[in-house]
Amino acid sequence: MSRIAKLTSIFCLLTWLSACSVQPWVKPYERENLADPIMSFDGDPAASKYLNHVYEAREAMRGAEGSAGGGCGCN
Amino acid sequence: MKQLIALILCCTLFGSAQAAEKISGNAHDFTLSSSLGKNIRLAEERGNVVLINFWATWCGPCRQEMPHLEALYKRYNRAGFTILGVNVEPDPNESKKLLKEIPVSFPILYDTESKVSEMYGVDAMPTTVIVDRNGKMRYLHRGYKPGYEEDYRKQIRELIRE
Amino acid sequence: MVAIRFDAIRAVICAIYVLCFSNFLQAAVLPEDRADILYHAYDGGGADINGPYVLVRKGVSESVSVYGHYYVDMVSSATIDVEVQGASRYEEERTEYSLGMDYLHNRSILSIGFTNSSENDYEADTYSIGISQDVFGDLTNISFGFVYGSNWIGKNTGGEEGVVEVGTNTARRYKLGVSQILTKDLIVAVNYETAIDEGFLNNPYRQVRALTAPFNPSSQILDEPEIYPNTRNSDALSLKARYFLPYRAALGAEYRTYSDSWDIQSQMLEIKYAHPLPNWGIKLEGKYRGYSQTAASFYSDLFQYQNIDLVEFRARDKEMSEMNSQTIGIGISYEFKPSWLPYFDKTTLNFYWDYIQFDYDNFRDARVSTPIAGEEPLYSFDANVYRLFWSFWY
Repeated sequence: MSRIAKLTSIFCLLTWLSACSVQPWVKPYERENLADPIMSFDGDPAASKYLNHVYEAREAMRGAEGSAGGGCGCN
Repeated sequence: MKQLIALILCCTLFGSAQAAEKISGNAHDFTLSSSLGKNIRLAEERGNVVLINFWATWCGPCRQEMPHLEALYKRYNRAGFTILGVNVEPDPNESKKLLKEIPVSFPILYDTESKVSEMYGVDAMPTTVIVDRNGKMRYLHRGYKPGYEEDYRKQIRELIRE
Repeated sequence: MVAIRFDAIRAVICAIYVLCFSNFLQAAVLPEDRADILYHAYDGGGADINGPYVLVRKGVSESVSVYGHYYVDMVSSATIDVEVQGASRYEEERTEYSLGMDYLHNRSILSIGFTNSSENDYEADTYSIGISQDVFGDLTNISFGFVYGSNWIGKNTGGEEGVVEVGTNTARRYKLGVSQILTKDLIVAVNYETAIDEGFLNNPYRQVRALTAPFNPSSQILDEPEIYPNTRNSDALSLKARYFLPYRAALGAEYRTYSDSWDIQSQMLEIKYAHPLPNWGIKLEGKYRGYSQTAASFYSDLFQYQNIDLVEFRARDKEMSEMNSQTIGIGISYEFKPSWLPYFDKTTLNFYWDYIQFDYDNFRDARVSTPIAGEEPLYSFDANVYRLFWSFWY
């Protein structure tokens, strides 16, 4: 199976699994610390994009820099 | 081909639930300390339509919703309607600080141990439960998006007229 | 070309299906409205690169947020690569801009974006699409992204012809990310990205060194052109965590591993600490980053001339040598709400300084002439990176 096909399948499997009901063990009203701005993975997107570029231009490694998620989980 | 099937499968298995729904059952009674300096008990509000709003200072949509709740309170309070703003944070000082900037006239209750949030099965922030004059839960709203206050208004008017 | 389009179509179909059929209890949240005006400066290894970077994002409706950025690199470069070629310091400017949009539907966010980077001898157009989905009661976020880049490489001949085309290449990136809230104080994330580059992947200015007489290090050294494969496939996997300390501070760690079809393997470890001082409206940050990589299979600082034609590929790019880098960085952020800017909810003024030390284990400083070739000192240099920026929330 090609790499791309593998990735697509993993993504679909994960989203399918999410249809099963799992009770969240961290309640929405317990998300205070996680919602704190200092807890975000990427606090300043412009600043971190620029620094990633500095490294990518001088080192062989590329990829797997970003991620979403976390935060207050409101709405 | 296999991937396409997996794709379709995963999507059709998605559940669906509404952000706003009709619910039933007795509203669980509780007593909490409040911004009025005294304890407030839900059962004592029987005879009024009660909007219980679970909120926190760190929740953006909760703060967005506050002025709309204040407007509803001012408008319908004399017709037998009240709001209980249940703050879910362990430290009441956080909400006291915020309320200096966004003052409200309805009582703020401090659920510092999250007992009431747990009792009501709060699974979204904010959560709004509208209780009728007989102490029965009638409407549940999960989260807040601009425009929800219109739904609140319609439901409050309907319950006041009962 | 057909293969590329099919992958992109598959990614788009997946995104649309997820959007249309996801009907969960709550919704995710679009990124917040903000603007950043950043001045960046890099000074190291003979290169001086600085310029502005402006990023603006605004929600235009309840479910749509748009963003754009403008970025300039003003380059003044006399690095070891330039000097080894016998060239003198050159000045150049690179301009980059992007436009993008995020669309929110229930718990999914669909993102699309376009970026163009332009300088006199290199042009890059990049298209991206991504989807992000909150699941498991919002404790988990799954994201999938596809990026397609089309690049044009030219060479400045310095003569009447100016810049001539040397080649083109395409880049595809597939990303998969999962972030998971573990406790009320801990969030972790796993990211995987695979990259496929095809086409002209050389640097048109760089050459390799070759000894004319084998095993006679004091013989003459000739310059030969680089020859690269015309594909490069790579995989990168990262694991990161962020932990909330009880006295209100945050500790972050990231480990990333990489390997590609040129036999380069590398690892990175980064530790970050953020400490707010709310009474002064200040946040302090510190970080350490360590990185090391092995060389590409066809990399050599010095080839043997007699058999250079027997070697299928050859490169002397220090970026593909065996090397490591160490970074320490500190930053300070000051939050304030100026009364003379009533439109904004809050603003922060930030300054970050990163000091990076690069050490090469098999790349030598060919500017130094030694009696025996291949005995020049191993090259190393350090760089200072400054980021000064003003951020606005509205």
